[in-house]
Amino acid sequence: MTKDIRDTKRNHISRRHVLAALGTGASVVAMPWIARAADDTIRIGFPTPLTGPFAAEAKDQVKSAELAVKQFNDKGGVNGRKIELLVRDDKLNGGEAATRTLELIEKDKVHAIVGSLSSAVQLAVNEVTRARGVLYVSISQSDTINEVKDFSKYTFHEALNPTMTAGAVARHAFKKGTKVAHLVADYAYGHEMLRGFKRAQAVIGAETVGEIMHPFGAADYSTFMPRLRSMRPDILCISNFGRDQANSIKQAVDFGLKQQAKIVVPVLLHNQRLAVSPEVFEGVVGGSNYYWGLESQLPSAKAFNDAYRAANGGAIPTDYGAYGYTGVSSLLQAMQVAGGTDTDKVIAALEGLKYDVAKGPQYYRKCDHQSVQSVLVLESKKKADMKGDSDLFSIVANEPASENVLRSCTELGFPA
Amino acid sequence: MDTELILMQLFSGVALGAILVITALGLSIIFGMLGVVNFAHGALFMVGAYAGLWVASLTGSFWWGLLVAPIMIGVFGMAIEYVLIRPLYGRSIDDPLLLTFGLSYVLVEGVRIVFGSDGIPFPTPSSLTGVVDLGVGFFPIYRIFVVGVVFLVVVLLWLGLEKTKFGLIVRAGARDPTMMKVLGVDISKVWLLVFGLGVGLASLGGVLSGPMRSVNPEMGALVLAEAFVVTVIGGLGSLVGSIIAGLLVGVVISMTALFAPEMATIVMFALMAIVLLIRPQGLFGKLA
Amino acid sequence: MTSPALAVSPSASARKPARFRSLVTKYRVPLSILALCLLPWLLPSKALAVNVLIYGTVAVGYNLLFGYTGLLSFGHAAFVGTGAYITGIAIGQFGVPWYLAVLMGVIGGALLAFVMGALSTRTRGIYFSMVTLALAQLVYYVALQTPSWTGGENGLRGFTVNKINLFGFEINFLDPVNKYYVLMVFAALALWLVSRILNSPFGAAIEAIRENERRARTCGYNVERTKLLSFTLSGTICALGGTMSALHLAFVPLDSLHYLSSGMIVMMTLLGGASSFFGPFIGALVFLVMEDVFSLWTSHWQIIVGSIFVLFVLFLPKGIWGTFLTKVMR
Repeated sequence: MTKDIRDTKRNHISRRHVLAALGTGASVVAMPWIARAADDTIRIGFPTPLTGPFAAEAKDQVKSAELAVKQFNDKGGVNGRKIELLVRDDKLNGGEAATRTLELIEKDKVHAIVGSLSSAVQLAVNEVTRARGVLYVSISQSDTINEVKDFSKYTFHEALNPTMTAGAVARHAFKKGTKVAHLVADYAYGHEMLRGFKRAQAVIGAETVGEIMHPFGAADYSTFMPRLRSMRPDILCISNFGRDQANSIKQAVDFGLKQQAKIVVPVLLHNQRLAVSPEVFEGVVGGSNYYWGLESQLPSAKAFNDAYRAANGGAIPTDYGAYGYTGVSSLLQAMQVAGGTDTDKVIAALEGLKYDVAKGPQYYRKCDHQSVQSVLVLESKKKADMKGDSDLFSIVANEPASENVLRSCTELGFPA
Repeated sequence: MDTELILMQLFSGVALGAILVITALGLSIIFGMLGVVNFAHGALFMVGAYAGLWVASLTGSFWWGLLVAPIMIGVFGMAIEYVLIRPLYGRSIDDPLLLTFGLSYVLVEGVRIVFGSDGIPFPTPSSLTGVVDLGVGFFPIYRIFVVGVVFLVVVLLWLGLEKTKFGLIVRAGARDPTMMKVLGVDISKVWLLVFGLGVGLASLGGVLSGPMRSVNPEMGALVLAEAFVVTVIGGLGSLVGSIIAGLLVGVVISMTALFAPEMATIVMFALMAIVLLIRPQGLFGKLA
Repeated sequence: MTSPALAVSPSASARKPARFRSLVTKYRVPLSILALCLLPWLLPSKALAVNVLIYGTVAVGYNLLFGYTGLLSFGHAAFVGTGAYITGIAIGQFGVPWYLAVLMGVIGGALLAFVMGALSTRTRGIYFSMVTLALAQLVYYVALQTPSWTGGENGLRGFTVNKINLFGFEINFLDPVNKYYVLMVFAALALWLVSRILNSPFGAAIEAIRENERRARTCGYNVERTKLLSFTLSGTICALGGTMSALHLAFVPLDSLHYLSSGMIVMMTLLGGASSFFGPFIGALVFLVMEDVFSLWTSHWQIIVGSIFVLFVLFLPKGIWGTFLTKVMR
């Protein structure tokens, strides 16, 4: 007790020292982080997984988004205001994405967020933007984000959703009486794809001969192959994504399933096809939002490709990359219409917007803010038929934009 | 469920187990002799696949890749032991584990920088493509080849450890390193070679897996988890344990895939938890 | 980034370093609270500061088991995730008030830690690490397979806390500064608790077990019970960190249960120094700031973080704070 009293005085001084030191330290260190002064630049936050398995897609997204921003800035910006793109690495992790989005909103004071490359990440960003009333244009596939439970009036879903892609592929590949075996990744995205296929199947009258759920993120699919063979399907429909897709197709081919059945997937990815040989993918059919080969049919695709090539040393834009362009362009067009960044006005402008920047006419449906747009059905080319390194697919169908292929608003839980 | 399918499934399980065996063996050898838990094993498996691909593309032949890459990466492994692991002997058993954990980040990111993050195609050698009729169903020739290679490696390893002088030193060193030093054996040289051997086995697994799976920087993460599960079930440091547990895990996964496919991954961890709770040292392990 | 605790003016303490050390130890709780108060103004963003609070709490809780009891668990993400999931589910699906949801998350995490601890502390050494890893992976797969509760791979959402009521005052919880200081109270509570635990006879017991298990047993300590209690307490504090992260992000990613998240906790702890009270918190701070800064600068930040970690294991096994205490303060 006495010892404590004796010590108090000296401690007191040293504590003051500490406080002073800390105070000085704080003011010095804090300087660089002070929130930027309010200028009139329009800032768009862009979280995307620059690290991880979809880094190549993410980099393409960034290039496309930067192109859209550059085109607007070259034309004098939105109502004279320059646009700035703030790219952040979300590491394909919802928690990381939520943190980056909070930073973008709280520190960088962005006017809108565009981005994401996975269902989970876009739902995390959606949660943050919804609570804070910030505009968000989501550019990766999900059915969940359309449903009333996750709906945010501030969020616009520019990407396709599983109902659209799986439906388009099914309408092209299935016929009445076709026997279909499903291999499905056992998580939300896989289930959504399966549901999309089965919806279309029911209309067409194709028959399901079997369904196998595989664990999400598995590396070996050999143990599912004997059973898939024994189902004797006409079509093997593989509803998974990225690495899972590459591995499962490769192993299905190894087990000779391609001799027996046609392989169909909901989404074909340019970069994932490059990561696996053309022999493996040959003849595989799948959906896509964009393929550069569209330029021979469509002027807007040609214009987009040319601008992209000019900005990126002749490289062509890829599927998920193109979302960066369509997503940012639609937002900036709406801001132009709204005459600025007032959130309610931009929402109204987006809801009324008709745009065609790369892939034909598109617009956002009022109830769920889903972009109604065309769906491409692609077939992977034989190596001998490829005219160059980027000539990977042929367009076998281009299903035009139509609300009829979407789930109806009432089905999603919105009031009729 | 017909018997043909169950037999096919059994065979798929054994073939899957073969890959598990080869990666688990490397992990187990390193732990058994050096007491080091190598968390970079999966990353080295992945580096091996890339090295195999690289050598194969230089020489135009898969066979050179299969032969040279494991030796190359094995030597790289020795360098790792010499530079990074050696200073940690005598410290806590956790230290090498933590170091290799950090190392795996470096290796994965290094490969991303050199080869890109997307993955690279690794075609099956043309002489081994296609399927063969096993009587109960069709099976890829390449996978049968893998089973053969693993069998060969296991036999060579057994001969090397049981029938040679080097093997004798290794086994004795694992049991009592101090005694070996007293007897004038340069035990650090033995450890160097053993670490290189373990890493070489990992990269051999990587090259063999290349044509079956897509080759990408993250391919090692799953393999690491699988290899751990197998070695722990078999008993850390027990080579026989790794072999039997590898085949067991393969067959269990395969049978689960038949009856409850969505459980095919989780079953492995459940099996490990059960084994450890009943027999904490693993099936063939000795109590510490 | 200098941490506030490091900024203590050295001129006063250079002459009597031992005194400085004992002062730091004696006043470690008020000192760390002071540092925490200043933290959000020193870091690039408030969101990052909240993450430092969360992971600092988690790392300090983890270190109770790793640094002080000497057990290397690779499964602590299970407790962090469980705390977060239970809090989120309680708020989102049952409309439980946020403070009760936090309590439920902590209790749920504690129960899981008790069960996992009871199973895993039966094993020793490397097997202990492996069992914790396997059991945590089981929790991960359970969360993946029960999407109606957890949201599965999509993650848990729909439980944003907009405002909270505190003693009659309504506080806007979306405001980052408010959020930080509310959550700071929990972090401070956790630090105080760990400090009390370490100063208690129990604290001496776990260190005795770490130093020499056999001797501790001979001295009459009930080694099994002590280990289990340490495991449970450690898991409980990690669960508190988890509930904080649920409130912070209003989202629980499935990855929060993955063994790589456990690995991250280990890395933070070691980086800061497992042998000291402050170490893990400083480790979390440095790790997160490094990640934040490097990832803006290069997409290959992992090679930098990994290399730094390797160098620390090799040359500075006591971590940043531990080395500072022994080398600089000597």
